[in-house]
Amino acid sequence: MSDHTTSSFREVKGKYKGIFAWIFSTDHKRIGLLYLYSIVSFFLIGVLLGIVMKLELMAPGKTVIDPATYNAIFTLHGVIMIFLVVVPGLPAIFGNFLLPIMIGAKDVAFPKLNLLSWWIYVFGAIIALSSLFMGGGPPDTGWTFYAPYAFKTNTNMLPAVLGAFILGFSSILTGINFIVTIHRMRAPGMTWFKMPLFPWTLYGTGWIQILATPIVGITLLMIVGERVLNIGFFDPALGGDPILYQHLFWIYSHPAVYIMILPAMGAISEIIPTFANKSIFGYKAIVISTLAIAFVGYFVWGHHMFTSGMSGTALYTFSLLTFIVAIPSAIKVFNWVGTLHKASIQLETPFFWAASFLFVFMIGGLSGLALGALATNVHLHDTAFVVAHFHFIVFGGVGFAFMGAIHYWFPKIWGRMYNSKLATSGWIIFFIGFCTLYLPMFFLGVTGMPRRYYDYVERFHGPNIVSTIGSWVLLLGLIIIIYNLVNAAYNGKKATKNPWGGRTLEWTVDSPPSLENFEEIPVVERGPYDYRKNRES
Amino acid sequence: MNEQMTNNASNFVSQVDSAFVYIFGISILFLIGITAFMVYYILKYRKSKNAEASHIEGSNTLEIIWTVIPTILVLSMFYYGWSGWRNQQDVPDDAIPIKTIARMWSFTFQYENGLITDTLYVPINKPVKLDLVALDVLHSLYIPSFRVKQDMVPGKEANIWFESGKEGEYDIYCAEYCGLRHSFMTSIVKVIPAAEFDEMTKIDSTALVNNNIEVDSRQAGISVTRKYGCNACHTADGSKLVGPSYKNILGRMRTVIKEGEEIEMMADEDYIRRSIYDPNAEIVKGYEKGLMLSYKDQVTEDEFQQLLEYFRYLSGQ
Repeated sequence: MSDHTTSSFREVKGKYKGIFAWIFSTDHKRIGLLYLYSIVSFFLIGVLLGIVMKLELMAPGKTVIDPATYNAIFTLHGVIMIFLVVVPGLPAIFGNFLLPIMIGAKDVAFPKLNLLSWWIYVFGAIIALSSLFMGGGPPDTGWTFYAPYAFKTNTNMLPAVLGAFILGFSSILTGINFIVTIHRMRAPGMTWFKMPLFPWTLYGTGWIQILATPIVGITLLMIVGERVLNIGFFDPALGGDPILYQHLFWIYSHPAVYIMILPAMGAISEIIPTFANKSIFGYKAIVISTLAIAFVGYFVWGHHMFTSGMSGTALYTFSLLTFIVAIPSAIKVFNWVGTLHKASIQLETPFFWAASFLFVFMIGGLSGLALGALATNVHLHDTAFVVAHFHFIVFGGVGFAFMGAIHYWFPKIWGRMYNSKLATSGWIIFFIGFCTLYLPMFFLGVTGMPRRYYDYVERFHGPNIVSTIGSWVLLLGLIIIIYNLVNAAYNGKKATKNPWGGRTLEWTVDSPPSLENFEEIPVVERGPYDYRKNRES
Repeated sequence: MNEQMTNNASNFVSQVDSAFVYIFGISILFLIGITAFMVYYILKYRKSKNAEASHIEGSNTLEIIWTVIPTILVLSMFYYGWSGWRNQQDVPDDAIPIKTIARMWSFTFQYENGLITDTLYVPINKPVKLDLVALDVLHSLYIPSFRVKQDMVPGKEANIWFESGKEGEYDIYCAEYCGLRHSFMTSIVKVIPAAEFDEMTKIDSTALVNNNIEVDSRQAGISVTRKYGCNACHTADGSKLVGPSYKNILGRMRTVIKEGEEIEMMADEDYIRRSIYDPNAEIVKGYEKGLMLSYKDQVTEDEFQQLLEYFRYLSGQ
C-alpha cells in the first residue's frame, strides 16, 4: 500500500546519524526497538545457558560441565532471564512502541525520561554482567541470592545485586512514564472504559513497578551495609536473620511476577478479539481482574517461604491469599475462551500463539494450586515441580504472549509481512518442544527431585532425558521463528495499515507509523473492540 | 533400590496424597474441559465455517457463575491443604528426639545417648522428632517418601516429626541450594524394628567407638570421618573435592596461605590438629577459605588419635 503521505519514523532524519539516531532518539518507537534488540540479545544468551544446563542434566554425574560451572550457569540464567529479559520484556518493548499509538498520543508523557530508562537499563545490565569477568567469577548463589550463602561465597555476587538495583530504577521510571501517559494523554473521547486492554495492563504494571521495586533498593543497601560495614541484618554469624532477607526479596520479586504476566495478558486480550473478529467477552471483568491481580499480588509473597519456618498463622494467611489471587486469572481465561463463542476466527500465526498461550498458561496456573496448598506445598517446595510451574507461567505465559505479540504487531512495526506458513511451523515445533521440555519436570518434582541439582539418582534419569530432548526441539523452533522474522524485516512483502482487521487505534496509522504517529489526534467514539460492520471507522 | 512410594512410609503420606489427588484431579478436569471448549469453538467458528461473528459484549450472569464456582473450589483446596498440613505441626509429647545437624555438605544425626551416625535410624511405628540445626548456611531436610520437608536455618530452631509404618530405606535430600556440592548432600533414613533401635541408642556411644579401636584402628578413623561428614569435601583416594584429600597427607611439605602469605610447612600431627580445630588459619594453596567450620568441642581427643592413625595408614606410614 502506498498511501504514505508522510515518511515513516524509520526514514525521518533527525539530528544524529547512524547508530546515534537510535541511541539518542526520544521517539517512543525507536526506544521500544532499542529495548527489543537488547532484550532479545540477552534472551538468546539465557537460552544458550539453559540448553547447556539441560545437556548437563541429560545423565547423572558429569555430562559436560563441572558442578561449579553448573551452579554459575543456573544463577546467570536466572539473573539474565528475570532481570534483563522478562521483567522489562513486554512493557518496555511493546508498551513503548504501542502505548502512545493505542491511546491516540504522539509520544509518552516524558520522552527524555524514557530514553534515560533505556540507558539505565543498559548500564544496569553491564554492571550485572561484569560480575562474570571480575573478581571471584560469576555468582553461584541462584538468582535469589539467599542469605547467608550469598554472603559467604567468594564469587562475585555484589555486582549482580547492584545490577538488579540499577535495573530497578529503569523499571520505576518506565512505570511512572506509562502511568502519567495513560492519565494525561488519552485521545479525546477515550474514557477509561474505552481504553484498550493492553494499556490497561500496562497501567496496573506501572503501579506495581513504582510501589514494589524500591524494596530491592532497600535490600541492596542492607546487603552493602552487611558486607562493607559488618552490620548484621541477614547473616546469623553477625546476629542477623536470613528469613528477613527472604521476606524482603520476595516482597519485591513476587509482585515482579505480575509485572511480567500482566502485560502478557494484555497482549493476549488484544490478539484474541482481532482474530475472532468479535468484541472481547467481558471487557470490564478483564479490567477489574487486572487491577485485582495487581493489588492482591502484593500480599502473597510468603508462599515462597512455606517451609522456611514461619508461624502457622502466617502460613495459612499466605496460603489463603494465594488461592484468592488465582480467581481473577481464572476469570480472564474464561472470558478469553468466551470470546471465541460465535466468533469468526481467522487462523493466523498470532492466534495460534494466543490459543497455545491459554493452554500453557492454564497448566502453569493450575499447577500453582498444588503449590499454594500447604500440605502439598511441603512436598513440592524446592523441587523440579516449582521449576516447571514457573517456566510454564513465565516462559509459557509471558514467552508465548511475547511471540504472539511480535507476530501480531510485526507488520505495524516493520511495515512488512512475514512468511505465514514458516511462522506457523515455527510455532508448532516450539510448542511441542516446550511441552516436552517442561512437562517431565512436573513428574520429577512430584517424585521428589530437588531443584538446582547438578547430579541425581538413577530413578530420575528417564524424565530428564525427555526434557533434554525437548530443549533441542524448542531451540529448533526458535531458530525457525527468528530466521523467518529477521528475513521478513528485510525482504517481506509490504504490509498494509491493517492486515488483520484490528479495531484499536494502532491499526488506523501507517505501517510503520510516521514520526508523530497521527497527523491529527483521533476522536474516539466507540469501544476498542467493536467489530460491528456499521461501526466501521 | 530404596523404597520410594509406599502408603505407610510415614503417617502423613495418605493425607498429603489425598490432597494431591483432589487438587490435581480438579486441575486436570479444568484443563481438559477448557481446552476442549477452546478447540471446539476454534473448529466450529473458524472463518471458513462462520463468516459473520455475532456481537456479544459479555454476560453478567456468566461472570458471576465463573467467579463464584472457582472461588468455592479454591477455598476447598485451601482447606484441604491446610488440614492436611496442620497435624505436621503437632509434635506428640512422646516423640523420640534426634538432633539433626546440617553443614556443607552432609547431614549427621545424634541420638539421645550421644551416638552420632551419618545415616538416620528410626524405629518403626514410633513418633520421631528431628531437631534441626544448621551450622553454616541454609539447608533443607527433605524425605520425599515421608512427604516432609523443613528448611534448616542457622541460628533458628525448627523441628519435624513423623512416624514410619514400614521398614526400609528412604532417600534424604537437601532441598535448599547450599553451594557447590548441594546435589551430593544426601543421606538415607533406615526404618528398623523398635527393639533394634533401642539396642542401638541405649548403649554408651563412647564404648562403641572404643570397641572399634580394638578391632581395627583404621576402621575407627573411617568411622570418625563418616560421623562428622568429612567425606563430603575430602577423599581418601587422592582426588580433589572442595578440600584436599587425606591420602599421603602426613610427612609431606605443603604450600599454605597463612595471613595472606605463602609458606611451606611440614604436615605433621600439629598441622592436622590445626586443620581440624582452626581450619581457616592456614589454607592449602589452590583451595578456598571459609568453607570449613571448626570441629572444636566436637571431635574428641580419642577420635583425633583415631583419625591420625587412619591418615598415617593412608600416607604409607
